[in-house]
Amino acid sequence: MKNKGEIYRISGPVVIITGLNTKMYDVVKVGKEGLMGEVIGIEGDKSTVQVYEETSGVRPGESVENTGMSLSVELGPGLLESIYDGIQRPLPVLKDKMGDFITRGVTANGLSREKEWDFVPTVKKGDKLNGGDIIGTVQETQNIEHRILVPPAISGTVSEIKKGKFKVDEVICTLADGKMLTMMQKWPVRKPRPVSKKLTPSTPLITGQRILDGLFPVAKGGTAAIPGPFGSGKTVTQQQLAKWSDTEIVVYIGCGERGNEMADVLYEFPEIKDPKTGRPLMERTVLIANTSNMPVAAREASVYTGITIAEYYRDMGYDVSLMADSTSRWAEAMREISSRLEEMPGEEGYPAYLAARLSEFYERAGKVKALSGKNGSITVIGAVSPPGGDFSEPITQNTLRIVKVFWALDAKLAQRRHFPSINWLNSYSLYTKALGPWYDEHVSPDWVNLRNDAMELLQKESELQEIVQLVGSDALPEDQQLTLEVARMIREYFLQQNAYHEVDTFCPMDKQFKLLKSIMSWGDKAHNALDGGAPIEDIMKLKSKDELAKVKYEKEFDNALGVILKSMEDEFSKLRGK
Amino acid sequence: MTKEYKTISQIAGPLIFVEKTEPVGYNELVNINLPDGTTKRGQVLDTSNDIVVVQVFEGTGGLNRDCGVRFTGETIKLPVSKDLLGRILSGAGEPLDGGPRIVPEDRLEITGAAINPYARLPPKDFIQTGISTIDGMNTLVRGQKLPIFSGSGLPHNEIALQIARQARVRGSNEPFAVVFAAMGITNEEAQYFMSDFERTGALERAVVFLNLADDPAVERLITPRLALTAAEYLAYEHDMHVLVILTDITNYCEALRQMGAAREEVPGRRGYPGYMYTDLASLYERAGVVKGRKGSVTQFSILSMPGDDITHPIPDLSGYITEGQIVISRELHRKGIYPPVNVLPSLSRLMNSGIGATRTREDHKAVSDQCYAAYAEGKDLRGLVAIVGKDALSERDKKFLEFADMFEDRFVRQGIDENRDIETTLSIGWELLAELPEAQLTRIDNKYIQKYHPAHKAKQE
Repeated sequence: MKNKGEIYRISGPVVIITGLNTKMYDVVKVGKEGLMGEVIGIEGDKSTVQVYEETSGVRPGESVENTGMSLSVELGPGLLESIYDGIQRPLPVLKDKMGDFITRGVTANGLSREKEWDFVPTVKKGDKLNGGDIIGTVQETQNIEHRILVPPAISGTVSEIKKGKFKVDEVICTLADGKMLTMMQKWPVRKPRPVSKKLTPSTPLITGQRILDGLFPVAKGGTAAIPGPFGSGKTVTQQQLAKWSDTEIVVYIGCGERGNEMADVLYEFPEIKDPKTGRPLMERTVLIANTSNMPVAAREASVYTGITIAEYYRDMGYDVSLMADSTSRWAEAMREISSRLEEMPGEEGYPAYLAARLSEFYERAGKVKALSGKNGSITVIGAVSPPGGDFSEPITQNTLRIVKVFWALDAKLAQRRHFPSINWLNSYSLYTKALGPWYDEHVSPDWVNLRNDAMELLQKESELQEIVQLVGSDALPEDQQLTLEVARMIREYFLQQNAYHEVDTFCPMDKQFKLLKSIMSWGDKAHNALDGGAPIEDIMKLKSKDELAKVKYEKEFDNALGVILKSMEDEFSKLRGK
Repeated sequence: MTKEYKTISQIAGPLIFVEKTEPVGYNELVNINLPDGTTKRGQVLDTSNDIVVVQVFEGTGGLNRDCGVRFTGETIKLPVSKDLLGRILSGAGEPLDGGPRIVPEDRLEITGAAINPYARLPPKDFIQTGISTIDGMNTLVRGQKLPIFSGSGLPHNEIALQIARQARVRGSNEPFAVVFAAMGITNEEAQYFMSDFERTGALERAVVFLNLADDPAVERLITPRLALTAAEYLAYEHDMHVLVILTDITNYCEALRQMGAAREEVPGRRGYPGYMYTDLASLYERAGVVKGRKGSVTQFSILSMPGDDITHPIPDLSGYITEGQIVISRELHRKGIYPPVNVLPSLSRLMNSGIGATRTREDHKAVSDQCYAAYAEGKDLRGLVAIVGKDALSERDKKFLEFADMFEDRFVRQGIDENRDIETTLSIGWELLAELPEAQLTRIDNKYIQKYHPAHKAKQE
């Protein structure tokens, strides 16, 4: 078995090597600088390698070494609060090693080898262990307890277990057969981590975003896609989700996106407080940043790196949400590499295996019973950037075949500064039924009906709007004019939400319910008044209507709403009195 | 002295194929010696033990199989020094102004390495361009990349020059430079830029790279990289705030497509190569602010949308990389409005971090949002009026219709040398908003209405 070969040909990130014994997806070190690459094709004596670093100046004939391992990530305490590139190299470490710009040939461990963690065992000598079992805990950040797991393929009886401060690569547990366990384990990124059972999602992911929680909820363990043309607010929505989702762990993958935007995330996340715990959001977050000008092959890997880390925390029994921004950049990286390999292209030049890769990725989401017996989940929310905002393109279409929730961003809405600019007519959620019982119990038995009524009203509005386009709104009967007005109130007072407003940026379920209910009941009262003979002009002029517009910004929401509801009663009873 | 090979096996478009060489590095710079004694330069695109593919920057005209090929063993570098300021160079970096060669302080790789996202500072310094539609509605900040999406026959050059003349960070007198890279623009356009630079004295703090329409297309692929290398050098080594103007990105992409076709690559959308996103990103992403360094690189590129189509691959991919876009409208231009910026599809993603109480004014965002919403509504109503006539509108709708007209006439329209400060821009905004019923100003916090609304302001004073 030869594990040294040489470079035969170089074309950008694709390098062909000869004379090396390789397996598919082996990690190899290419050239004098030992650039990291991965075998993605084998033909005769030649292997095709995608290199994760810039290849300028690399020459044919330089040596190549096979590590024999597939691309893996290091899993253990210290993942949280980290900022990685696409192949789990910590960006702060890279900055120390190579300065402000990313050069090449530098390796860096995913987990710090110096830092010591306080390990508290939960098993004792003589206990029988199976793969995935929890052997102890480490307080990783103030609110997150890191549960140390037995690697999935290992089992045996504990012959020694330690307690105290250790580094991640020090032995903390020895099994009867002599196997030694550390707090760190490695896992190949392209292989899903095993679970004992997949479960059906039944609780909603609470995001604090009214249009998402209210109209198109995603379940914990579900999958959602946000496609939208540029400038329609994909990234802001993704970041809002990362900030406010009620999952314990957040993995945020900036895949081929803007450097300045990533910088913003890197600055903002440590500043923002988690609404539940009051601790910095960063303490429950892992960031993966591979900007659009960083090597394309590492961009392809970044999505797998992210989901493997998410699976690891899921296996500890946590609810994890994973945001991938954007899956289109990931698919384009596949296309770019595929075209360098001179593979037969499928639709729009994307490789024929695009659909398979997308579904494999989204299938790694889900609510599961982990090997440890605990329940955990991964919710995957993927942004899609369709060229020209055209949803018929291959990535959007292939994604929609898999995901259960579709949040359709709309450039038209963004242009009139309706944010979040999610189109309420095109979007859908297939979880609304499954989540019904949860809402009955935790929000209100009225919630589901209230939401359906609101949706119906919005649907009606769009029908009426077509008529208005032809004849003008004054030509409509008065009750329809009123319907239009109530629909406008739902759109502007309820659906619009200001991500940059300190109060409005997060809206709890209870507030969502009360707000929507107040708007709908204003509508009911107005219709009654109209039937009772009140002139529509007077109804439209009611102060309570305008007050409802701004109540969402109030710090003391319940009090403010109470006052408005009171004045609403008064106004309508006055109208009746006339 | 490196070896000279006379083993060209094939010449196809801008590419030559060289056989049986010693190992040659990927992306290496190549000199090709013609029989008539001239030398052309090229770059290695694909290298293997058997054959090396070279793209020739000055075009393959005059080449034959007897040409000698020398591989230099290094990648393309730009000699840099502070003396670059005030110079006019060709698209390949050779002096065009008759001046001496640049005595280099350093020679830098033109591909440029990616900035580690962790080393970046989020851009937040407001740049006042003096143009209301930009400052008020689509604020530019230092370190941003904000292109102009325009079309043939629209005044994007005038706007770019007005910005280059007027752009300032308020209350700061920090060293400032302009790097201008022309890619495939006509001689006439280049003259227009040059004479304006000379007229305003901007040339002495500018570096100009000119690749004109009749220069080889392949050269266009390195012109912007030379310009950005110069910009990064001035910004990060000499603490200057650099505004880079790249024009026209569309010509650059055409050159990229031409190269892709010559290499017989599998084409992506509309024949553009599948890696165009990555390639454009390697240009656009070279804007930013780096922690601990004083200078910054801000990009203001011009891109003409083929057929005014914003979904064309070039504007489309650009829009996914840049931090927004300023869209020039033919409709407004026809109405005689300068600058004809259509604010609705325009966007600055970094606006929110560059505005507000400490940077511009506390009510800035509210005013801008309200103007957007009101203008959008007014424009929609125009469509309705065309069908049902103005009389069918309600009183409220009429107000919005009028608002749209006034907005174009007073807020958008301004003189080519009119430099409005941000206060002026915002007060024009307020004057226009004051024409709407106050209850319709749903996006403005009541306290700002009390403080800035002309009706209330008059009362206070």
